[in-house]
Amino acid sequence: MYVHDTIAAISTPPGNGGIGIVRISGEQAADIATAIFKPVCNGGLISHRFYFGVVTDPMDGDVIDESMAVLMRAPRSYTREDVFEIHCHGGMLVVDQVLSLCLKHGARLADPGEFTRRAFLNGRIDLVQAESVMDIISSKSEAALRLAQHQREGLLSRRIEEIHKDLLHALALVEAYIDFPEDDLGEADLSSIFDRVQSARIIIDNLLSGFDDGRVLREGISVLIIGKPNAGKSSLLNRLLNENRAIVTHIPGTTRDIIEETLNIGGLPVRLLDSAGIRHTDDLVEQEGIRRALDKIPQADLVLFVMDASHSFDQEDQLIFEGLKESRLIGVLNKSDLPPKLELPEYCQGMTCVPISAHTGEGVDLLRDHICRCFLHGSAIDSREFIAISRARHHDALVSAESILQRFLQGIQVKVELELLAVDLREALRAVGSVTGQSTPDDILDVIFSSFCIGK
Amino acid sequence: MITYDYLYDVIVVGAGHAGCEAALAAARMGCSTLLLTINLDAIAVMSCNPAIGGLAKGHLVREIDALGGEMARNIDATGIQFRVLNTRKGPAVRASRAQADKQLYRLRMKKIMENQENLQIKQGEVTALYLEGSAVGGVDTRSGLRYLGKTVIITTGTFMRGLIHIGLNNYPGGRAGDLPSLGLSDQLRSLGFEVGRLKTGTPARLDSRTIDFSKLEPQYGDARPVPFSFSTQQITMPQVPCHIAYTNPRSHDIIRSSLDRSPLYAGVIEGIGPRYCPSIEDKVMRFPDKERHQTFIEPEGLDTVEVYPSGMSTSLPIDVQIAFYRSIEGLERVEIMRPAYAIEYDYIDPVQLHATLETKAVANLYHAGQINGTSGYEEAAGQGLIAGINAALRSQGKEPFVLSREEAYIGVMIDDLVTLGTKEPYRMFTSRAEYRLLLREDNADLRLTQKGYDIGLVTESVHGEFVRKREHIKSEYSRVTTTRLSVDDDQQQFLSSKGINDLQKGTTLEQLLKRPEITYADLAMLDNVSRETPPAVQEQVEIQVKYKGYIDRQLEQIERAAKLEHSKIPPEMDFVAINGLTTEVREKLKKHRPDTLGQASRIPGVTPAAISVLSVAIKAWVGRKSGNGTYE
Repeated sequence: MYVHDTIAAISTPPGNGGIGIVRISGEQAADIATAIFKPVCNGGLISHRFYFGVVTDPMDGDVIDESMAVLMRAPRSYTREDVFEIHCHGGMLVVDQVLSLCLKHGARLADPGEFTRRAFLNGRIDLVQAESVMDIISSKSEAALRLAQHQREGLLSRRIEEIHKDLLHALALVEAYIDFPEDDLGEADLSSIFDRVQSARIIIDNLLSGFDDGRVLREGISVLIIGKPNAGKSSLLNRLLNENRAIVTHIPGTTRDIIEETLNIGGLPVRLLDSAGIRHTDDLVEQEGIRRALDKIPQADLVLFVMDASHSFDQEDQLIFEGLKESRLIGVLNKSDLPPKLELPEYCQGMTCVPISAHTGEGVDLLRDHICRCFLHGSAIDSREFIAISRARHHDALVSAESILQRFLQGIQVKVELELLAVDLREALRAVGSVTGQSTPDDILDVIFSSFCIGK
Repeated sequence: MITYDYLYDVIVVGAGHAGCEAALAAARMGCSTLLLTINLDAIAVMSCNPAIGGLAKGHLVREIDALGGEMARNIDATGIQFRVLNTRKGPAVRASRAQADKQLYRLRMKKIMENQENLQIKQGEVTALYLEGSAVGGVDTRSGLRYLGKTVIITTGTFMRGLIHIGLNNYPGGRAGDLPSLGLSDQLRSLGFEVGRLKTGTPARLDSRTIDFSKLEPQYGDARPVPFSFSTQQITMPQVPCHIAYTNPRSHDIIRSSLDRSPLYAGVIEGIGPRYCPSIEDKVMRFPDKERHQTFIEPEGLDTVEVYPSGMSTSLPIDVQIAFYRSIEGLERVEIMRPAYAIEYDYIDPVQLHATLETKAVANLYHAGQINGTSGYEEAAGQGLIAGINAALRSQGKEPFVLSREEAYIGVMIDDLVTLGTKEPYRMFTSRAEYRLLLREDNADLRLTQKGYDIGLVTESVHGEFVRKREHIKSEYSRVTTTRLSVDDDQQQFLSSKGINDLQKGTTLEQLLKRPEITYADLAMLDNVSRETPPAVQEQVEIQVKYKGYIDRQLEQIERAAKLEHSKIPPEMDFVAINGLTTEVREKLKKHRPDTLGQASRIPGVTPAAISVLSVAIKAWVGRKSGNGTYE
């Protein structure tokens, strides 16, 4: 849409790799480079030379990463624009932070396929390649669209829709008083406009503070595995990790501390916590492990309550279950390869349960799927890239909407003219519309005509 | 068919508000022009309300004037009440409105047309277009005479297959008292145009001698009427008031108990009516909690007793009309002189037009006004002007003339129409303009007069005056931004009375004027030059200074969108063959056939990703056509 502006994106494949590359292209690429990257050797960046240095947030001087970077001046670059590439350490957190930093300094998140599109439009690649460019754009867009559809069912998108609706109504009120001065509407009801916008802004604030701790998508969700000794917690952990990380024996109480692993489940970064089995014990070390496991419960985003399906539901299971009343919970009925004996008591009936065998691997895929659904409100998605993109989009949209609405609310208090207030509201609506889809002038008129009797 | 032995540059069909502007524009640009109308006594008739202007419509009238059109001067010469609306709001949404003396309005326009060089006006009903291949070559009339023209503009208003409804009675008519135009829409349909049906309505005309005005609240115009036209010096017509009356619960009961005899509610009317101009039965039904509805009783002229109750249109039977109007306080004894009615008519969905208003299917054929699904005299006139200009330019072999969304309301309107089409009668609202702060009534000349002059429509004298004003604004603006104040005791006292005590040394006039407490008039207390600056220049400088921040923001928005707006889509481009577009997007592009990427981006459902794909496809297409492998 804005062909001359500067775009940025993570250019390496999704997931944790050895390095992750953030690529910036456009007129401001060199400025952003100077602002956020400090080469170890002093002096400016010479085109096409690889520099070692640090990526720093100029706002607070925080060093984000040590990295290598290269500036490629136009037209000798992939897009034939100025391009700056930062090769960071491949952790998701770091690459994301570097990208956010670029966005903060004037870059816009690239649309799917946009680097390639620019390369084509600037004559870098030829006609034969053009057709495949379009395939790239469309296939990436479709994946992004699929994600958007998943998210549409999600809480975040629902909240943003609400905001959009509130702003649309506020704008319709403003517009009605502008366009229909002869229609007996009375004086503009500024306080109700103010309230509507204020409530939208509060929702945005809340959402943004959620983004700021950003745990879910930045650090991943935390999933705690809990259950009585020897229910198969560590086997489950290993099965999910596909390797022998925790010590697995048949002696109950082998895991005495919290074991933490990071893995990727259906595109979702997950921190998996394996805990000590919970039971009455006199062993001091084991007691400490149990205490730590119980402490973790309130902090976990999801608890996997592992039960041994080849034994009946006993007092220890009941004890654990009672500790989980406040948690988001999936019941894992392990050892489905053995003859089943477990019958869940009535008070457990509401719990989602997945039968698996950590030993044979049966049912584990289904469990992965359930874990994803808890957070994405849909089935698992293809790649982390789209989570990052859409997360940054949502964040971008909300940040800019929030600052515009601030100005609007100040304006309304000092009695700025309605048509100037409308400029702010429209801009905010546009920002939010980049997530929900843009509204048209007719949407505004629809609200006006259904709310007011117009027609002189 | 006998062929009249003359080839006109431009033939205009219809002499309403669109037809008049179209014919005048073409003739003034030097084209031999013929205007055909069913009735030579019905030129520029105000078929509905006796008023010009209002929100966004006043803006259109000013733009028509700035481009060299006639509507503003016509209302200035025949207006009998002028008001500026929204005076308590900012300059961008202030708008002029005037009551017209209906008969004087049409008579003056007829005189202007009769005296216009290069223009012939003739009576005749056009029954068919005369085609030469896939282009139009003239028109056939009911009297059996064929006129030849290089271009043809159709402005048939509500006349195409017009059907008038009063209660459950209906009969063909173009307007009460006039014949409909038959045949033309059938031919257009057979040429492949998609023809739709719309509905509109008008209230009864009442005898003012039977109204007790002492029970109504008068509403006067502005003490100092402000003209529409930038070249009108003064309003000289006598000024008269309107009166405000209200319906009451009894009026609403009368309406409700008669709905079974409403053609609207009985399902007789199939055309879609305007939501912003509902009939009184619609208002009562849709807003049942509203205890009263307001009406302005507007005079139809100085020399007539007929008055127009605005907002009280209806298609209910005549006996219900009598009972309903008489239920209004002050109208207890009212006599109806002409009944209210609804009218259905054919329109051609405007997505079938280019931004020049030329049809995509038939070359050299232009559509303007209600045929394009719009309503309102001002909307019609604006389109008529653009169609007239483009038909003239075509006949002269020159480049087309298109106004963009950031230049004019006319540009917004035509872009909306040709990009999105319309399903209900389209009316202009300021909320439709995304760059509203730039599209003000007060700067219509600054936006458009140079353009009007360049195409040969604005006269030398008007242009000369305009250039002087433009230069004066420029020099005054730069003076205000560079002149620093040195304040003496008297001046400080004046500033203190305005609440300003903290003035820094060396403050410029601009910085002072930016403060909300200060107007340009206040500068005159501090500074001699300001005192002598003409009001029109003062106004512009004041707006430019005070709204700079917001105006700059809008300019930035325009710049960001410019790339898309200027990317032309080749007219022969095959959307179906483009890789990477969803079926939905392909269908939409095929139907709307946008001229630019900007237009494409405004079609609902066409996503930013689709625009990306499209921009690549255009490059590839153009490259393939030009037969080389390198681009840019």
